Amino acid sequence: MRICVVGCGAVGSLFAAHLAQLDDVEVWAFDASREHVDAINANGLRLSGAGEVLGRAHATADPQELPSCDFGIVATKAMHTEPAIRATSHAFRDGCVATVQNGLGNEETLAAHVERVIRGTTFPAGKILEPGHVQWDVKGDTTLGPYEPQPAPFEAVERLADACTRGGMPTHAVRDARGPQWRKVIFNASTNPIGALTGLTHGRVCERPDVRALVSGLVDEGKAVAAAQGIVLDADPEELIDHAARPEVAYDHKASMLQDVEARRATEIDYLNGGIVRFGLEHGVPTPLNQAIWALVKGVEQSWQQ
Amino acid sequence: MTRVCVAGAGVIGSLLAGHLAQVADVSVLTRREEHARTLNDEGLRVSGRSSRIARVTAAADPAGLPEPELVIVACKGTDLEALARRLEGHWPAATVMTIQNGLGAEETVAARGNWPLLSSVTFMSGTRHSDTHVEYILDTATWIGPYRDTTPADARRVAALLVSAGLKAEGFDDLRPAQWSKLIFNATVNAVAALTGLRHDFHYAEGLLGDLVYALVDEGKAAARAAGVELREDPWEMNVLATRRGHAHYPSMLEDVEARRPTEIELITGALVREAERHGVPAPLHTALYRLVKAKEASYSA
Repeated sequence: MRICVVGCGAVGSLFAAHLAQLDDVEVWAFDASREHVDAINANGLRLSGAGEVLGRAHATADPQELPSCDFGIVATKAMHTEPAIRATSHAFRDGCVATVQNGLGNEETLAAHVERVIRGTTFPAGKILEPGHVQWDVKGDTTLGPYEPQPAPFEAVERLADACTRGGMPTHAVRDARGPQWRKVIFNASTNPIGALTGLTHGRVCERPDVRALVSGLVDEGKAVAAAQGIVLDADPEELIDHAARPEVAYDHKASMLQDVEARRATEIDYLNGGIVRFGLEHGVPTPLNQAIWALVKGVEQSWQQ
Repeated sequence: MTRVCVAGAGVIGSLLAGHLAQVADVSVLTRREEHARTLNDEGLRVSGRSSRIARVTAAADPAGLPEPELVIVACKGTDLEALARRLEGHWPAATVMTIQNGLGAEETVAARGNWPLLSSVTFMSGTRHSDTHVEYILDTATWIGPYRDTTPADARRVAALLVSAGLKAEGFDDLRPAQWSKLIFNATVNAVAALTGLRHDFHYAEGLLGDLVYALVDEGKAAARAAGVELREDPWEMNVLATRRGHAHYPSMLEDVEARRPTEIELITGALVREAERHGVPAPLHTALYRLVKAKEASYSA
């Protein structure tokens, strides 16, 4: 089986390094960073933190070097999905492509370029320490399922999930993967931008009753949009939010969007709150708070150009 | 009115004192002794839209100043309670005028003495370069109205005094229509600026952010209607007009969060949210922004 990870940042590297542990899988890593690619080819892809893993992968920044693959796993930031899949789609003419990205709309973007798409959501996280070396911060499950309008065969979804699990990334194949995806999107959309706008860590956001009430207002809108589509959340995002606020979990965690804003990097707001607003419009569900938060974070990004 | 005390020598106080000194005996009540000393030694310089050097008498203690006929309380809203307490027991014959953003400044001052009160709002802006130098940037109007034991004629008299000093001012029978117009404008623009870091320019009138500003103004208008206030100006039009001036104004609340100072959010957005609640009108977006700015202030302390 040949699998190409498209976008070998922190999350992509977790998948690539783990899958490379398997004898029956050949792993390719496509990434725009020349230094990262060269380091992976020279020394392998190394994970440290939650576990020590060293994987051998064929890395390249040149899409023309990619052979035909059975599977793609797209792990870029959401705003890079389009150019990434446009450049690499030829490698997946006969294969299936899964997204493990944040936010809403990635499946739709993939489906415009490849035949068979897998909807996915992943919870593990990390950060790149140096080229070829990734800090693995958080372990967690991944869920994969066929993307309904343009599905990969369920048997293929199961094969990919099985490979990920055997490689060390516990992954479930399910018929409807929208529940976990929306739970994570609602969690991210209701907490990440609040951290980004206020500068507070997750725990401090949650311990202020007034701001926690705003978070719940955002969650309620997201739940209503999910319900209007017939999506059954696999768990209540509120539980995840309160769990993460505990001191031993992520009280001191600065949301990735806060880190983006502090470094003046484009955020994924269009795919989080923006995604909830778009799906809400499509299904006639008002989302005024998500729209306000979307506009404010876009405003933060615009302020960097002023 | 020949003796005016300007209490609070920030941007607005300095602009008022610097101009009024042309037509009145102006004293300045400062917070810091050292600031008063420098003003007494060097005078107060205004540059920008007008250019003048004013002689003023300054002190950090009201007891050290001549008794004025008019006191203009020009500190920031966040400093008002402390300043009103310092004025308590002084100058019982003087008329006191508030000029703070938002709502509620008059009540804060009224609680500290029986002075006749005028209320006002100002659209002037400037930049403070030092204790003795302020740059006059936007030469827009100050609107004045009666509040307690004063008449529209009193308001017009003070407006005329400001005009004679080279400022723009107008007196009204009832200030609330103007005050609420500015309240809604400030609650919207200042909170958005504090959260996004955007100076006030075209971003506030277009696209996603323009939609948010419009929705915030709409909530404010509904609260004004419920409070029985007919707005003097449409805050959305004030916003659009301001973004077309070709100069991206730096809202004071943005300066405050960048300097990690307490903001006027309580007096502005907080006041609007409380008024909406009192009159049974929902204001979910202003409530959200109010909470976010409060949380941002909380982030100053790690």
